Amino acid sequence: MRRWLPFSPWHLLLMPLALLFVLPLVQMVLTSFMSSAEINQFPPKLFPTSLHLEGYRALLTETPALRWFGNTVLVSTVAVLAHLVLCSMAGYGFARLKFAGRGLAFLVIVATVMIPIQLLMIPTYLMFARLGIVDTLASAFVPWLASAFGIFLMRQFFLALPVELEEAARIDGCGTWRTFWSIVLPLARPALATLAVFTLLSSWNDLLWPLIAISDDNRFTLQVGLANFQGMRRTEWSQLMAGNVLATAPLILAFLFAQRKFIATMTFSGLKG
Amino acid sequence: MALTFAASSHAVVRKVSPRGRAVRRSLTGWAFAGPATVLVVGLSLFPAIWAFFISRARWNGISPGVPVGWSNYQRLATDPDMLAAARHTLLLTVLFVPSSIILGIVVAIALNQRIRLIGFYRTCIFVPYVASAAATGILAGFVFNPQFGAANDVLRHLGIPQQQFLESPTQALFVICLIALWGEVGFCTVIYLAALQDIPRELVEAATMDGASRWRVFRHITLPELRPVTVFTAVWQTITAVQLFDLIYTTTRGGPLNSTQTVVYYIYELAFQTQRLGYGAAAAYLLFAVTLMLTVGIIWYSRRRGSEVF
Repeated sequence: MRRWLPFSPWHLLLMPLALLFVLPLVQMVLTSFMSSAEINQFPPKLFPTSLHLEGYRALLTETPALRWFGNTVLVSTVAVLAHLVLCSMAGYGFARLKFAGRGLAFLVIVATVMIPIQLLMIPTYLMFARLGIVDTLASAFVPWLASAFGIFLMRQFFLALPVELEEAARIDGCGTWRTFWSIVLPLARPALATLAVFTLLSSWNDLLWPLIAISDDNRFTLQVGLANFQGMRRTEWSQLMAGNVLATAPLILAFLFAQRKFIATMTFSGLKG
Repeated sequence: MALTFAASSHAVVRKVSPRGRAVRRSLTGWAFAGPATVLVVGLSLFPAIWAFFISRARWNGISPGVPVGWSNYQRLATDPDMLAAARHTLLLTVLFVPSSIILGIVVAIALNQRIRLIGFYRTCIFVPYVASAAATGILAGFVFNPQFGAANDVLRHLGIPQQQFLESPTQALFVICLIALWGEVGFCTVIYLAALQDIPRELVEAATMDGASRWRVFRHITLPELRPVTVFTAVWQTITAVQLFDLIYTTTRGGPLNSTQTVVYYIYELAFQTQRLGYGAAAAYLLFAVTLMLTVGIIWYSRRRGSEVF
């Protein structure tokens, strides 16, 4: 290629694009450290004159934001752990064990992927109301305990594992459970990591379902709490941005540290189709 | 070895019948697969069937429901709010799906180059995907604020008049589409990047040796190789656009003047703001049927077109 620039022309496309994607997030973090007076200026400033912590202080004292954060951590932790245990067990069952009804059960599970959330929200709410768990944290994590995607992912992984290792374990006297727990599961670490990232992203960022299921302030997840808080105080931007930082920073930091794993997860959730 | 012998001789002494062993095997299998299967089926297939019965009743969830047959569906066909919501959803989908596919391909090709700073570019472009739609919506409300937002500041530098963005009934839906793209292009890009890296290098090299220009390589090798992935992203992004809710809830809540009320948002309002559960469930079933037809349509069309991408 002819060199008409001292650098690759791709930079002319990528640099503005990269800034367009990342600058709003930078502005979010910087605005959370501004005073209200600084925020309400036009033209807007990107950098605060000094570090103002009013936004964070007001958010943490005037709203139960810390509690919402704790709720989200709890919901996501339960979701990830349950997903890892239940989906890997089911995936192993569907991949390796022979039992009556296996084919039909797996077919039904795969078919449920087609059912959208808006169809499920009304009956699921009614079902949870009858079980008496509406307005509890359980209602936020029960839908995330297992998923068709998780079962499918783990099954595909186990199908690709060579079966000889398990046969050797069987001959040495290991039962099904011990073979699974101490031989197969340690080999499944990459798939388990993908599953954990997927579940963390979906459960941490979920808004629609907990918005429907929970109406008590103290039991909100962080996303619901913020959306609700924004509805009441549209102009408290430093507090809103502080809340946004609280809601996005953990996942963004996790993404920066484990970028490869996140991208592998996105790729897998795409290429299964 | 001694242990193995002991175990097998023990089994011979016990004399388990083949039928008993099959039952035991099934029990073990269900012990593994059962819990997750019950959860997934109980939280999707069962409610989906129940939703159908709800959709054929007039019900507020408290007093007993009144069966009304298909009349909920019939009323939907002439409900002006539903028709407006359907128009908004359609417009959003028609704008969002092709844009995200084209942007995804372009950005993926750019990110596939071996140039300096490429790691930095990739991180920047993927990171919005990790941010929740709720936080993205709140942030967008700040960036597109008509009084002091950064978007109007950019327009001022370009000499373009100040805009109302999310507060204007004619602009809000387009702005929401833009914000949705900001959050979702990263996903499309990742998918296309993986697909690009799967294209056999020999294919491109052979074509270049035969004198094909870069454009011809792109048009006749890269694009056809991306075709299966494009079918997938088209389906996926259609579902994303049709189901968009979080972003609308945290930016406009359907306003101004209902100009951003989509079908999913309307269903949410029907069921959980005005307690018209039967009518809401009917709207949900209608949307499900349309989405399913769209999905099947995209797949059928792409099969028929053979090797052409667009």
